[in-house]
Amino acid sequence: MKNILICLLGWVDDRFPLTKLWNEHLAKYYAPRNFNFWYFFGSLALLVLVMQLLTGIWLTMHYKPDAERAFASVEYIMRDVDWGWLIRYLHSTGASAFFVVVYLHMFRGLVYGSFKQPRELIWLFGMLIYMLLMAEAFMGYLLPWGQMSFWGAQVIISLFGALPFGIGEALSLWIRGDYVVSDATLNRFFSLHVIALPLVLVGLVAAHVMALHEVGSNNPDGVEIKKVKGSDGIPKDGIPFHPYYTVKDIMGVVAFLFFFAFVVFFVPEMGGWFLEHANFVPANPLKTPEHIAPVWYFTPFYAILRAIPDKLLGVMAMGGSIGCLFLLPWIDRHPVKSIRYRSPLFFWLITVFILCFVILGYLGTQPATMVFTETGFRLAELYFTFFLILAIYSREDRGAGAYISWFVVLAGALVVIDFLRFDPVKSSLIMGSALLPLAYLAVFLLGPAFTRLNESRPVPERVVWK
Amino acid sequence: MKNFLGIASLILLLAGSGTVLASGGGVPLQNAHVDLSDTASLQRGAKLFVNYCLSCHSAHFMRYNRVGRDLGISEELLQEHLMFASEKSGEVMKVAMSIEDGARWFGVAPPDLSVIARSRGANWLYTYFLSFYEDSNPSRPFGVNNLVFKDVGMPHVLWKLQGRQVPVYAEDAHGNKHIERLELKEPGTLSADEYRRAMRDLTNFLVYVGEPAKLVRYGIGFWVLLFLAGFFLLTRLLYKEYWKDLH
Repeated sequence: MKNILICLLGWVDDRFPLTKLWNEHLAKYYAPRNFNFWYFFGSLALLVLVMQLLTGIWLTMHYKPDAERAFASVEYIMRDVDWGWLIRYLHSTGASAFFVVVYLHMFRGLVYGSFKQPRELIWLFGMLIYMLLMAEAFMGYLLPWGQMSFWGAQVIISLFGALPFGIGEALSLWIRGDYVVSDATLNRFFSLHVIALPLVLVGLVAAHVMALHEVGSNNPDGVEIKKVKGSDGIPKDGIPFHPYYTVKDIMGVVAFLFFFAFVVFFVPEMGGWFLEHANFVPANPLKTPEHIAPVWYFTPFYAILRAIPDKLLGVMAMGGSIGCLFLLPWIDRHPVKSIRYRSPLFFWLITVFILCFVILGYLGTQPATMVFTETGFRLAELYFTFFLILAIYSREDRGAGAYISWFVVLAGALVVIDFLRFDPVKSSLIMGSALLPLAYLAVFLLGPAFTRLNESRPVPERVVWK
Repeated sequence: MKNFLGIASLILLLAGSGTVLASGGGVPLQNAHVDLSDTASLQRGAKLFVNYCLSCHSAHFMRYNRVGRDLGISEELLQEHLMFASEKSGEVMKVAMSIEDGARWFGVAPPDLSVIARSRGANWLYTYFLSFYEDSNPSRPFGVNNLVFKDVGMPHVLWKLQGRQVPVYAEDAHGNKHIERLELKEPGTLSADEYRRAMRDLTNFLVYVGEPAKLVRYGIGFWVLLFLAGFFLLTRLLYKEYWKDLH
């Protein structure tokens, strides 16, 4: 029996690089031995992708992309299709889980400098995947044809209408295929959601992994393991991905599935965060809900959009907030990759950025009151300033004067912005909240000028491993 | 691992705090204490539902025989006590009234109630059933209003059971009048406690109708989690076994 299998493998290998692929990507792909908790999320993202594809195929067997029947067909899946409720909850929870996993995966890349030279393309492919995932989730959310599906789509598509010279109106009309979100929109979103985007998504994921395996993985120490090789040409700090990381990732998969199953079986709506309550009311074009909120994974960007009173500027800021992430490899060019060896100020810079992102996400789910909008504006300022400071921190040999000049320039810019948008109704609110970005600039720009808190530590030759 | 638990618990905490879109019109909602394992309560709720709600409201996604199967009601009993609007038990719970008639008679067509418990929430429904009061304002076509759904188009169809409630007003520091509480002016056929229990049954049934899978979901989920917990230990042992070779 064994001989037959070996013969068969030989027969295939003569015609297709099966063993070669297996070795290149698993058995002889050498990964750093010091991966920690944060390195589970790449394989988990792949798991969720496969799960979304499979549950999606089964949902497509029963779902009707028709404005008259879509809502009912989802309820039909929930009630009359055997195990339909499970397939649907796996898919709806999977959408949110995808973003949870991807955000943690991106966070890992951010703190360990995984986007830096020579991994810029991996980061770019990853960002494209993230953008596509947002489009995929947005279009998928229209399909249940509930009130939030409808009005969420209406709001987001109308954002394109902000583009000038009549392009915007024409563009949003072209996207919808109608003057309002309608059956035509539902049909094309269905087509894009189940065919076009998944196809590109899978291709990009393949490119992402191929680029990664070409240059090799980064690690929590930010050390290039290929620099220290043994006499056999294998990195001394590398271990074969299979079996070491396959067994480790299987453990991660099961742990992840435990929490995932908990949500699927016990709290699939996640208290309105994963499935919004208002989406259990069929779409009604004549009745605008009192409060329209996108699903949680879009809300940080939505909060930035709403914080800016001018629609076009708001849309540009929202686009810019994602664009900045794309440019990260060229913004942060500090030679030290990992947060472990970067300065204390860098640690706090990242911490404040994550806090901003989370609070913006919360604000995006809330009604736009005056105080919330102003808070959103301040946090948006911190969001963008973060990237500027990253760029300034790229070089450590700057003198105190350079930092002080940057502080004066940026603080001046803030004052000018506040002056331009000054509104006597909320003068005290504007002046009071201005302390937030000013304090931020003072800590992160005057800090390096007057203290030694922005000095990196020496990076070891080899990875640290107990 | 600590990190993982931390993040997981943070996410689950969000689930508890999530009231992203709940609306209650500013009136504190009362807890319905829904319990889907209480089959007798679900059966009583079903009876109330077909007798009082199903004349105007449909439950278009719910089939009679599913109700029978899930709540342990035989085909004969189903035909005799629950099916007034349909003939075949495989049919969905529809109403004879057309949407146009509904809109003409009530100002707005009575909504389908299949998933009302999922959009409104159980506590909202329960409080709504308890919060009808007499309102003599001529703009109120049926002479009633509701604390959690101001100027609702629906008459108080359960008034014979509950009796007639009238509002008791209070004044705040600025002299604005607001309704402080509701008072029973004339008792119905049920006592206040019996009415509350009946409304809990009805709410319970509507929660079930909102998602029949809820009856089995938790039970299956328990075994799935138990399996995954056991399987995790195995995969952890496998991982330890492989990694002990690395020095």
